[in-house]
Amino acid sequence: MSGSTFKSQAPRRTGPAAAWVSGLLENKYLGWIALAAALLAPLLTASPYSLNVMTTAAIFVMLAAGLNIVVGYCGLLDLGYIAFMAVGAYTAGIVSKAFELPLLFTIPAVLVMTILAGLIIGAPTLRLRSDYLAIVTLGFGEITRITANNLSVTGGPSGIYGIPKLLTFGDFSVHSPAVFYYVTILIVAFFVLASARLGKSRLGRAWRFVREDEDAAEAMGIHTYKVKLMAYIFGAVWGGFAGVLFASHLTAISPKSFIFLQSALVLMAVVLGGMGNMRGVVVGALVISLLPELLRDLSEYRYLAFGLLLVVAMVFRPKGLWPAHGHEEERKKKEPEQTAVDAAVSRGESR
Amino acid sequence: MAMLEFDNVDVFYGKVQALRGLSLHVDEGEIVALLGNNGAGKTTTLSTASALVKVGSGILNFGGVDISRANPWDVVAAGLIHVPEGRRIFSTLSVLENLQLGGFLVKDRGVVAKRIERVFALLPLLFERRTQQGGTLSGGEQQMLAIGRGLIAGPKMLMLDEPSMGLAPLIVNQVMDVIKEIREQGTTVLLVEQNARAALRVTDRAYVIESGATTVEGKGSDLLNDPRIIDAYLGA
Repeated sequence: MSGSTFKSQAPRRTGPAAAWVSGLLENKYLGWIALAAALLAPLLTASPYSLNVMTTAAIFVMLAAGLNIVVGYCGLLDLGYIAFMAVGAYTAGIVSKAFELPLLFTIPAVLVMTILAGLIIGAPTLRLRSDYLAIVTLGFGEITRITANNLSVTGGPSGIYGIPKLLTFGDFSVHSPAVFYYVTILIVAFFVLASARLGKSRLGRAWRFVREDEDAAEAMGIHTYKVKLMAYIFGAVWGGFAGVLFASHLTAISPKSFIFLQSALVLMAVVLGGMGNMRGVVVGALVISLLPELLRDLSEYRYLAFGLLLVVAMVFRPKGLWPAHGHEEERKKKEPEQTAVDAAVSRGESR
Repeated sequence: MAMLEFDNVDVFYGKVQALRGLSLHVDEGEIVALLGNNGAGKTTTLSTASALVKVGSGILNFGGVDISRANPWDVVAAGLIHVPEGRRIFSTLSVLENLQLGGFLVKDRGVVAKRIERVFALLPLLFERRTQQGGTLSGGEQQMLAIGRGLIAGPKMLMLDEPSMGLAPLIVNQVMDVIKEIREQGTTVLLVEQNARAALRVTDRAYVIESGATTVEGKGSDLLNDPRIIDAYLGA
């Protein structure tokens, strides 16, 4: 495990070019640069098709950011994550149609429902570990979809359509694809930033300790069950809000949107990007959502190519395209010994 | 006054009884060793004290307070810290991060920073390796890290489970010296050991556990010469 970490650190010592690249990747403004790029993208291409693809990709980034909290930070393998997106999308759709409200006003209801869903699914399942947890979450994902398929309030197999716009006041409404794209980007950026901050919080540290060794974490006084449940609830809320954006984007939802393949794709984005590293996860989500579109020229072979590229990526980057680093960077700095540790210790943090 | 007290404690894993009316006490400022063969109940005793395993029946007190129904985090907060068997350090996190986990329940970061400094003073090799991943440390260093992590929590009493496991004899002596030093600095120690000879050299008292109950109790120096102990645990 540590071997591959050293490998990924190695290019730093090879020369100024590599140092420049890794310096760029560690740049703390990188997130803002990515946001600026996302905001400027429609200036390059603003066809309805490209806006549709980019909006879908942004929503997918948000899902991956949410699942990264559960899988990447806390190490809980969740194979039914799409259920939370379904809960958010259906709650928003049902409430907004019933009360003829813009989707934005359904957010309190979505928040309550996703937290409830996180509690209902999390409370019993989080007593399980590893493989057992994965299987049970897989089951809950399917239960959610099948329930939506069979209830009348969710519209059964045909789902809900004609979902109102995100926001309407007077004549103004968020209906142009470009405006919706910008709104989506801003919301997604906020949630990505929030999850990155969460990873560095006290709770985020507790998640990492639980991920590394649950028993040792408990022996050191971490309330592991509560900490795991918090990861689940945060993940649920992220997924639920992604669901609201999804419902607004497509204006129609049906159980077919929430099949197991979707859960698997989100998980793939997290693993491909680099579990636990929010930047990597964003890259992974963009790759997973954009690559099939970029491969469209290959027509029916595109998913074959997609699969091959993913296999190749995992062979050459087994810890993800951009893994969470191993916290060894402090060593290369040539600071006087004593001050380095004093600073690190008095900051009370790792970086 | 007894700091930690077991009185007639039964513990079950499902239908299997692991502790059968176990009684022992550790007084403030002591180093007490628990000796015994595999499966005798030594680790279960520690896990019971740290509430990782629930008490079936009997009395379990720490600092005069009943902890038989407490949760692990309450026990840690009360100052009873368990350094689990096999070191259980976080191998992908740095030495410093491992130490910081020990202070997870301590809200005041300044206190944690001071304790980390104190651990670095006690165990200077950890300071040298502070940015290294825990998994890259040698066995002895990992054991020192596990002990250091326990100290960051500010224990009144430290419970060490087989700190000598898998270590070279020379390193075992270093670990035992550290344990002595920890007691000098005012922390009570309960030590579980298979390496009876090494343990008895530093302990004030020791218990022998067999089949989930204590059978022999005595001073460390006496037990070193006790024929029953020599036959069963020390070899001729």
